[in-house]
Amino acid sequence: MVKTDVMIEIKDLHVRYGRREVLRGVTLDVYRNEVLGIIGPSQSGKTTLLKVINRTIDSVPGAVVSGTVKVDGEDIRQIKDVYALRRKIGMVAPLPVGLPMTIFDNVAFAPRMAGIRDRRQLEKRVESCLRQAALWDEVKDRLDTLGTKLSGGQQQRLTIARALSHDPEILCLDEFSIAIDPVTTMRIEDVLKELRSRMTIILVTNLVQQARRLADRIAFLFNGQLEEIGSTEVIFSDSPRSRKTYEYVNGVFG
Amino acid sequence: MHKQRRRWEVIAEAAMEVLIRLCGVSAILFILSIFFFVFREGAGFLFGGFDPREFFGSIEWYPTSKTNVRYGALALIAGTASVSLLAMSIAVPFGIGAAIFISEFCGGRLREILKIIIELLAAIPSVVWGFIGLTVMNPIIMRLFDAPIGLNVLNGGIIVALMSSPIIVSISEDALKAVPDTYREAALALGATKWQLIYRVLLPAAKNGLLAAGLLGVGRAVGETMAVLMATGHSINIPHSVMDSVRTLTATIAAELGEAPVHSEHYQVLFIIGILLFSITFVINLTADLVVRGIRGR
Repeated sequence: MVKTDVMIEIKDLHVRYGRREVLRGVTLDVYRNEVLGIIGPSQSGKTTLLKVINRTIDSVPGAVVSGTVKVDGEDIRQIKDVYALRRKIGMVAPLPVGLPMTIFDNVAFAPRMAGIRDRRQLEKRVESCLRQAALWDEVKDRLDTLGTKLSGGQQQRLTIARALSHDPEILCLDEFSIAIDPVTTMRIEDVLKELRSRMTIILVTNLVQQARRLADRIAFLFNGQLEEIGSTEVIFSDSPRSRKTYEYVNGVFG
Repeated sequence: MHKQRRRWEVIAEAAMEVLIRLCGVSAILFILSIFFFVFREGAGFLFGGFDPREFFGSIEWYPTSKTNVRYGALALIAGTASVSLLAMSIAVPFGIGAAIFISEFCGGRLREILKIIIELLAAIPSVVWGFIGLTVMNPIIMRLFDAPIGLNVLNGGIIVALMSSPIIVSISEDALKAVPDTYREAALALGATKWQLIYRVLLPAAKNGLLAAGLLGVGRAVGETMAVLMATGHSINIPHSVMDSVRTLTATIAAELGEAPVHSEHYQVLFIIGILLFSITFVINLTADLVVRGIRGR
């Protein structure tokens, strides 16, 4: 399996929140249509990395970013239409965020932002996204109830459906399973396995075994630096390049 | 020594508890007694001779007439309603707009400065607002609209709008601040612009708080006395345009109570107006409170 097509290119990325430097010179590539797992203990800068990629870091007060990030060959700092960039990237947050509107409106939100008004087109899009997120059968009869009324696991799948609704090329998941039960987690993992053939997936997770199940390659972030990046087999072998990686994936620390 | 100190601490704690409980209960006591006394002063006439049809249906307010006494408060009610309505239609959009600006658009220092200035607006005594209406706004309105007099609904409405905007701004801002940041992040990540984020996500999510802010503003506007007394022209009139002078319920009490002989009919009717005002603000505040509770309950 040779993947040379680079989807995201990150070079010497530094991010500071005020005086605190969260990312310290991270350089890595994400290939098209791969699942890249990003693991590392908390406070190692994983979430920040995702925020840089879709430039929601812009709205974090006091955040200073340096280095270059290219998505699909374009330097995102120079991009004029940041909304187009964000539509290219689906983002799933750690805690499920059902926006305070109906299930239908939650999923139709991004397509509407993008200018789709035709009701039938929206209905089709909503159905297909909910199906992809394995939620359609549970909610198809009550699309006009509030998204916030769903259970945590359902809301997280709703979030995934919403992240798929603008047809992203990249899907970023930030510890999507910390608030949901193992059964739902497995269902969502199955969903991701379906999606991997069609998009690039970045999976930030605290669960190393989850990364092992899903990722083609794994990046280990430690203390704001990229400790190691390599194929999942190598990272989980007895001899990854870094000693720390071995200790982390085997639960010596973290 | 040690034992003595323990006992002292126990006594002090019990005393504090009693004191704090007293403070809490006293608020209820004050409200109830205010209501009781206002009601008592007006009760005699309210249950003997008071004609609600005339009070709510007639614009003839001749409380001191020797031969033809009339207590029609319709024009006064219309005066209060018109000034409050105009004030709210100015203050609510501006107040909510200001709250959106403060909570979503401006950074640390500017936000603090703005909040202090807006709270300063709330600290200006109402007689000073009335004075501004009388001496500053009056000539401006006369010149701008070529009107014979600038003391009218427009003047009073603007003044009351300025007076009630601080409470609207600060409660709306709290409501917007209470919307979880995850909503903002999620909407932005979906490619929403700032305006789409505000319009589609933040305002719907904060709508109960914003409603409460508006209702408290209305309560403030209905209850305002001195400034409207000075700025509205104080003439009994059902207004047909914002350029008409009016008189409000509150201003009537303030202007006439000093002249009315104690326990006379006139005196008692003024207290009935007081009961009416009390009921209006009570209902408004209660609604606002229930709305706010609705937000917390969810």
